[in-house]
This record gives sequence, C-alpha cells and structure tokens, in this order.
Amino acid sequence: MKSGQASSVEVTQAHLDRIAAVDGDVHAFLHVDTEGALAQARAVDDKRAAGEQLAPLAGVPLALKDVLTQEGVPTTAGSKILEGWKPPYDATVVQRLKAAGIVILGKTNMDEFAMGSSTENSAYGTTHNPWDLSRIPGGSGGGSSAAISAYEAPLAIGTDTGGSIRQPGAFTGTVGVKPTYGGTSRYGLIALASSLDTPGPCARTTLDAALLHEAIAGYDPMDSTSINQPVPAVVEAARNGDVSGLRIGVVKELGGEGYQPGVEARFHEAVELLTKLGAEVVEVSCPHFEYALPAYYLILPSEASSNLAKFDAMRYGLRVGDDGTNSAEKVTSLSREAGFGAEVKRRIILGTHALSSGYYDAYYGQAQKVRTLIARDFAKAYEQVDVLVSPATPTTAFAIGDRIDDPIAMYKNDLCTIPSNLAGNAAASFPCGLADEDGMPVGFHVMAPVMRDDLCYTVGAALESALAEQWGGVLMTKAPELEVTR
Amino acid sequence: MPSITREEVAHLARLARIELSDDELDHLAPQLDQIIGLVGQVSQVAADDIPPTSHALPLTNVMRADENVPCLTPEQALSGAPAQEGQRFRVPRILEED
Repeated sequence: MKSGQASSVEVTQAHLDRIAAVDGDVHAFLHVDTEGALAQARAVDDKRAAGEQLAPLAGVPLALKDVLTQEGVPTTAGSKILEGWKPPYDATVVQRLKAAGIVILGKTNMDEFAMGSSTENSAYGTTHNPWDLSRIPGGSGGGSSAAISAYEAPLAIGTDTGGSIRQPGAFTGTVGVKPTYGGTSRYGLIALASSLDTPGPCARTTLDAALLHEAIAGYDPMDSTSINQPVPAVVEAARNGDVSGLRIGVVKELGGEGYQPGVEARFHEAVELLTKLGAEVVEVSCPHFEYALPAYYLILPSEASSNLAKFDAMRYGLRVGDDGTNSAEKVTSLSREAGFGAEVKRRIILGTHALSSGYYDAYYGQAQKVRTLIARDFAKAYEQVDVLVSPATPTTAFAIGDRIDDPIAMYKNDLCTIPSNLAGNAAASFPCGLADEDGMPVGFHVMAPVMRDDLCYTVGAALESALAEQWGGVLMTKAPELEVTR
Repeated sequence: MPSITREEVAHLARLARIELSDDELDHLAPQLDQIIGLVGQVSQVAADDIPPTSHALPLTNVMRADENVPCLTPEQALSGAPAQEGQRFRVPRILEED
C-alpha cells in the first residue's frame, strides 16, 4: 500500500471476498462489517493520497475477537445472552486500532465469554481449523486464529486469560502473543477473569504480531490495572531476532507423559536450532507449575461468577419471562438459564461454590497461595535464565466433539499456558513445525518476565527466520488450500 | 476428597440466579464433582506461611480529577436495554406476590 501497488480499499475488498468464499466452511466470523471496513479503508486511502504521514499498519485489515466492544457493531462474546447488542462505545484497544488506521473487518467467533479451549462453546456454532476442517482451531479465540490461517485477515486481536491467544495460535500455525498483564488495556473488554484477561495480537509472522502489539499497547488511564511504563521495544526485537548469548530455560515440568510425541519432537528440534544460533539452553525446574491448572480453575470461575453477575436481564442483554407474572429475580434466573451455555453455567456454579462461606479458604484462598508459589517459581527461574520455553500445548488440534463432554481433558489443553497468566508474565506461541502423526501445526512457547515482551519476539524472530530457511517460507505456506465453496 | 451432591448444585444454581432443568442437573452434578476433585489438589500444596496473591500486579487505588467529562447520553446508555420507559430502565417488579 505504501508503494502504491494496492490501495487499502483493494486489499480490504480482497479479504472481504475471501471471507465470502471460505467462511461458510471455517466459520471464523460472527459479524462482517463490510460497509464499515470499506469506509475505514477509503479514509486511509484518502489520507495517503493527501500525503499524510501514516502509522505502519494503516490500511491493513484486521479481525477482532467478539469480546471487545466496537461502537455500533454487534458484540456478543459468543453468547446468546448478548445477541444483537451494539455497544455505545469503543474499547481502548479498538480506539487504538482505529487511530492507527487499521481496518476492522468484523468480529470473530469465540468460546462463550472466552470460556473454553476449542471454540466449540460458542452459542453461534463451532469454528473449524483451516488446516483440517474436521478439527477444532483451539480456544477461546479460535475465530481470530482461524481467520488468519484461512487468509481471511492478515491480523487479528485475541484475548488471553489462560492461553486463549497462544493455544489457538499453536493449533493453527500462527503467531499468538499474550502481552504482559497490564501492558494492553482491558477497558471495553467484556471481562471473564479480571486479574488474568489480556488482549494481544495474532498474526502469521513475528514482525506482523510485533507491529500490531506496538499499535495497541501502552498505558490507559481508563484501566486502573494498566502499567504506566513505555511499551517494550517489540518491533525492534522482531526485526533483530538475535539470540546469541540469550539464556533459555526448558521447563522440566512441561513435557514428558501426556505430551504427543510429534509435539515434543518439533519442540526439541526448535530448542536445538536456538542452541545452534548461539543461545545457552539449560533445563529449569518450576515445581509448582503442576498446580497451576487446579489453581486457575478455582480463580477463573470465582472471578467469572462475579463478573457475569451483571448479566441480570435488567440493563442489557436477553430478557426472558417478563410477562408480568414473574419477579425481577425470577426473570434474571430464567434469562440466565436461557442465555448462558453449559460451560458458562458450569463455571459460574463452580465459582459460586469456591467463594461460598465455609469453602472460601479451602479453595479460593489456597488457589491464591498457589499463585504466589508459581510467581516465585518464575522469579527463581529468571535468576538463571532470560526466558523459559515449553511446547505451547501438550497435543495438536483434536477432532471436533472429541473432548466436549470431558471438561477435565479439555482443561488440560491449557497446562503450559496458564502459569504465565497467573504470574502476569509476557508469553507467546510461535509455529515450529508439523507433528509427524497428524501433520498438524505445533507451537513453541516462550515465557518472558513482566514487561520483557521484547524477549518473546527475539526468540520468535530467530526461530522463524531459521525455520523459514528450511521450509522456504513461514509455516503458513505449508497450509493446505481451502476449497472455495461459494 | 471433597465432593458435591446434586442438591448442593441445585442450591448453588439458585444462589447464582440460574434456573437449571432436571436434565441439566443430572449432567452437571457429576461433572462438577469431578472438577472439584481436580481443583481440590490446591489444598495439598500451600502452607500457612505462604501469602496469597490475588493479582499479578501490585494494585493501587487510582484517582482522577473531579471534573466534568463527556459521557454517554441517556439514549446511548439505554440503547441496549430490554425495556425502557421515560429515560429509565424498565424492570419487572422486585417483590413476589407473597
């Protein structure tokens, strides 16, 4: 666009055409804002024609996870309870996207209120993995990652509460980054668990992700948990990618039994590659990581049960049973029964239990202590190494329907990603190859200290560049062609 | 290991203001029992001397200047309401008949 080879309108229209052609099979989008996107694109083209200085991603289309408010555009968080709701304001992330001239194509599918690891819990149907349409794309941000890997959008925004950017990134062969908690604003994000939720970028390459990261990150006075410090130099790190002398710790506890052999093989090859590029690799033990999953599945439902109490059918959202015979309390109960899906009900009830009198100390209080122990594990590890690494997920993407009735098996998808959410660290997943067993993408997971997001990009860029030399391009170039159905 | 009964799940659902059908209770109660078995592991780990961490960042109260700033209009604030009347949210009656 900068060189004049294509206008933003042309690029945007090409992506809208691609969505029309393949999204019937992928179902990455819940809402496509054709008119709005083209209007934004025209505005950027006009500014460029007038010789205005534009931001690096001006005119580039993007897919937005449906959990972030966008003024006047339907926003549902994947839930029936918000069907048809049009927010009266933009989330800070959305304001920043617009200010950077980034064109928002539409809202992407997700597990309801970001509760899930497969995008099968959306009230609007499952998203399919573009690498194999019979498989899940990961969750909860499956729509955003699938949109990128189906070439429906070059960039996307996700939110990561326990791995919801990184896990679908790993499953779809794309880059997914969870910035440091507080590094990106949560204002206008429909909250799942307020102490964990983090918006972040999804892209096909490390540099694309870094450019998007830079566009959305930074202090926001509207979010009281926003960090008032300069954004780490993520773009510079993604351009340099020099790991010589970088100390990398392989987390002993994130591997072995329960991990798919093809995932482990690609992970270890990537570690060897980084060693050849000059990194110093050692094994590091984080003994409390094995308790991250139970702690997370107490903290998250506790916060979620509180956050979702606002869906009471009084001020917005679905209202059921308001026929004059029912009280407000009954209308609330009937509306929440009709509007929430099974996973949301499961977690709200679990959270209500964990916070109830007599159980609070045993569950919620203990989980918060485990959080302390995990943060200490990280702090101790970062005395020895600069970053920690692991596979992003124990397995590759599984078949649709395989784990939907087994919540514990589903929750175990997030084993590797959850510790960083509990501690607030920066973390990212980068494609590192295809598993031998099923030919599905594998993610390489990098965890960096708070506000050292740049270190994730350094490792990702080094790995991406070395692997691209072997493959003749980034992993996405190996993705199968999607049949164009309409 | 702690467990949870079908009756307790029904009670929690009432507290959480979610009306559950019998079928949902039949399905949900054993799943919750299994999940509580898993999450109960946290009680094995942390000793009394470990301080709890409720948040990844140290939290401080944030104040802003007490100034008038642009905000949503009544129309915007009410735009998502299921029912409204006279620039107010219209809600069902609060009290039961009895």
